Amino acid sequence: INHIVHNGGLYKRPFNEAFEETPMLVAVLTYVGYGVLTLFGYLRDFMRQWKIEKCQNATEREEQKDFVPLYQDFENFYNRNLYMRIRDSWNRPICSVPGAKVDMMERVSHDYNWTFTYTGRVIKDIINMGSYNYLGFAQKTGACQEAAAKVLSQYGAGVCSTRQEMGNLDKHEELEKLVARFLGVESAMAYGMGFATNSMNIPALVGKGCLILSDELNHASLVLGARLSGATIRIFKHNNMQSLEKLLKDAIVHGQPRTRRPWKKILILVEGIYSMEGSIVRLPEVIALKKKYKSYLYLDEAHSIGALGPSGRGVVDYFGLNPEDVDVMMGTFTKSFGAAGGYIGGKKELIDYLRTYSHSAAYATSMSPPVVEQIITSVKCIMGEDGTTIGRARVQQLAENTRYFRRRLKEMGFIIYGNEDSPVVPLMLYMPAKIGAFGREMLKRNIGVVVVGFPATPIIESRARFCLSAAHTKEMLDTALKEINEVGDLLQLKYSRRRLVPLLDRPFDETTYEETED
Amino acid sequence: MDVKSTPRYLYWLFCQFELITCSYLMEPWEKVLFYSFNLAMLGLLLYTTYVCLAFHASSAFQLLCSFLGNPRENALSVVK
Repeated sequence: INHIVHNGGLYKRPFNEAFEETPMLVAVLTYVGYGVLTLFGYLRDFMRQWKIEKCQNATEREEQKDFVPLYQDFENFYNRNLYMRIRDSWNRPICSVPGAKVDMMERVSHDYNWTFTYTGRVIKDIINMGSYNYLGFAQKTGACQEAAAKVLSQYGAGVCSTRQEMGNLDKHEELEKLVARFLGVESAMAYGMGFATNSMNIPALVGKGCLILSDELNHASLVLGARLSGATIRIFKHNNMQSLEKLLKDAIVHGQPRTRRPWKKILILVEGIYSMEGSIVRLPEVIALKKKYKSYLYLDEAHSIGALGPSGRGVVDYFGLNPEDVDVMMGTFTKSFGAAGGYIGGKKELIDYLRTYSHSAAYATSMSPPVVEQIITSVKCIMGEDGTTIGRARVQQLAENTRYFRRRLKEMGFIIYGNEDSPVVPLMLYMPAKIGAFGREMLKRNIGVVVVGFPATPIIESRARFCLSAAHTKEMLDTALKEINEVGDLLQLKYSRRRLVPLLDRPFDETTYEETED
Repeated sequence: MDVKSTPRYLYWLFCQFELITCSYLMEPWEKVLFYSFNLAMLGLLLYTTYVCLAFHASSAFQLLCSFLGNPRENALSVVK
């Protein structure tokens, strides 16, 4: 194997990422399954239209039947005929704190998932493999909860104003200084909602005449923000640095489409960990490219802050890079800090500009004080400033859990996507019936998992996504693995052909068809 | 899951068939429709196989018998 290092030694540690190819038989059988369901979908639609069967989904009124049809597109067809059949795996109501174990309300459906009724029973102590609780801060006891309760009794729950009007509390100032110190940047600003952080701030940073280079698999908030800004958007292949470099070269050489003027700004949008694939961005290469072509980098660390890196400071810490190289560091407090909201960190001029011009600062209510206190306490815990080593222990526990869980799943023979070190573990299911079957079988065995299908993933690549947590003990992981093994044998999910894929330093381009180098 | 016990194994195979063709997700009347369609197709296939194969097998057998039954006659015809 010719192991030529193409990236000039930018990585200080091995970068093990693999996306095993779908086996041909599995792909064919998945299409067969979708074909059968589509045929039955057409049959059911026919019966609903001719009133042979009662129509329980939304339709147009009689007077509107001559207008342009509202529910004829593929998404609505999929919703009526495929999603409804397996709907009981989603929107499950939980009734306790979403820690390592969670309580869930039991519900049954007597008309095939069109309506649900609660039996009144509560299923207790389900091992929670679906919550984004990476460091285990979703707790109802402990230092964070006590501090948040104290602040609640002091400040109340509501702020009743936006940041720019009367909603700027001293707690917010304290939080922002702390977050800036945690990330290693000059200044930071916090917002009440993580989605709104992306979608409302990208329009404030770029506008018409700018270029946005966005990864193929970016989150909906980034896509929405990019589209709202009015800038030109170009997509590069997922985590593919050759594709990104080609786009950058074209942008510099050709400029804007009609006038050929140079672009006002080029902004590269990437995420730290991509939550559907479990892959980690190739940050050293992105930063090298950014410096070479003089563009700006917007890094969305929603899943990676707190979860990666030896001290939990995210993907920049994981690769050992300088935080000042990333122009805009965005993240959310929802995942690793057990709170809600988002932040943007960067140079002082940038943050001062955003304080004035961001839509979120001007119109959105500021963060609630107990939530702010939860974040302050959890960040201090991770940094070790509260005097204990709990934070560091949790970061290490998460890393150990990640490595152990991924290794065991790969040994069992499942196809697992993504990087070795990412706490998001997608397990491929492929077939539509197995999506519903996996969710139900795991719930029967007292393990709660999140299964994902179309439209969040490509139609044949449906998966079950496990989110590991520092709160999971090894016994819980062993129980979960035993049950996953059993369900994998029952449903025949062990598709992996176990070919040892050598480390590819260059990702796919048009000339490689297999992951093995010839 | 006991592989050795045949009824359990056959049930497990049936479950795999249900999962692959998504009849696991169907309501009972849809399952009845789907299985009857499948069984009808299978029956047609078996019948066609039986008829065609039987026809070809019998004609091949007759040809073979004609070769074996009259070896001298054929040899004489070739010589002449």
